[in-house]
Amino acid sequence: MNTWIAIGATALGCYAVKLIGLLVPAGTLERPLVRRLAALLPVALLAALTAQQTFADGHRLVLDARLAGIAAAAVALVLRAPFLLVVAAAVIVTAGVRAMGG
Amino acid sequence: MTAAGSGVTVVQACVLSLLVFTGASQFALVGALAAGGNPLTAAAGAFFLGVRNAFYGLRLSQLLALPRAVRPFAAQWVIDETTAVALAQPTRRSARIGFTVTGLSLYLLWNLTTLLGALGAQAIGDTDAWGLDAAGPAVFLALLAPMLRTTTERAVAGLAVLLGLGLLPVLPAGAPVLVAALAAPAVLFLEGRRKGTPRDAAHDDHAEGEGR
Repeated sequence: MNTWIAIGATALGCYAVKLIGLLVPAGTLERPLVRRLAALLPVALLAALTAQQTFADGHRLVLDARLAGIAAAAVALVLRAPFLLVVAAAVIVTAGVRAMGG
Repeated sequence: MTAAGSGVTVVQACVLSLLVFTGASQFALVGALAAGGNPLTAAAGAFFLGVRNAFYGLRLSQLLALPRAVRPFAAQWVIDETTAVALAQPTRRSARIGFTVTGLSLYLLWNLTTLLGALGAQAIGDTDAWGLDAAGPAVFLALLAPMLRTTTERAVAGLAVLLGLGLLPVLPAGAPVLVAALAAPAVLFLEGRRKGTPRDAAHDDHAEGEGR
């Protein structure tokens, strides 16, 4: 049930912000500070999420095979690999390190 | 893809893709729920990631000039990829075609991938053994990387990582990410105090890709 509440709230919220952009008169949200903040919010959220899902085990921070996978993804990104290849690199390296007992 | 093995069912994963249809928010929600987060805290993190779509909508609204009756239907397709394609088109007609074709094909592909991924993950059982728990952070990293253009973005990302990891042991699941979002206004505030000379202000506008 909790999951459905979360899904419902996310669906409503995410649809509402998409629609607001199309409906409000141009210029309303175009103040430079608001634009800057809107551009930087995803940066903060994505960075925190990347770090947490790499190191978190419940409420503890751990170093495990995921770190090797994310390092592989970072290398793939530096080499300008396409999106799916980046994710595949992370998955394959993580599985490989785990299979070797890492 | 990361939905199975985190307490989200196949049906829930598919409903998410059908109704939310903005990848980063979906991954964030599933991740927060898997970590045992409160549903509304989890939804708040996903919502803040989706806020950028409102600004895409502003640009698209002027570019596509859609009739008001069409906008509620077009809204669901206002995402990173459709905006990028539409903005790259030379005329209004080709922008509309680009938006529609990209929106429709991604919507079908994304939902099909979700269904197959969720069924596949359910079939293989222990998703961690296959390294699928690394898919989520890899997706976030791939979305983040092209955004790290200037020192400001890197400072925000660095501070957010510190906040997100540092608060993880002490705050309830899902909350550290929301606090980490404060890195964005914090860095903007510090930057505003440190700068303010005309040259730097001009540089800021340039980095943003637009004058005022």
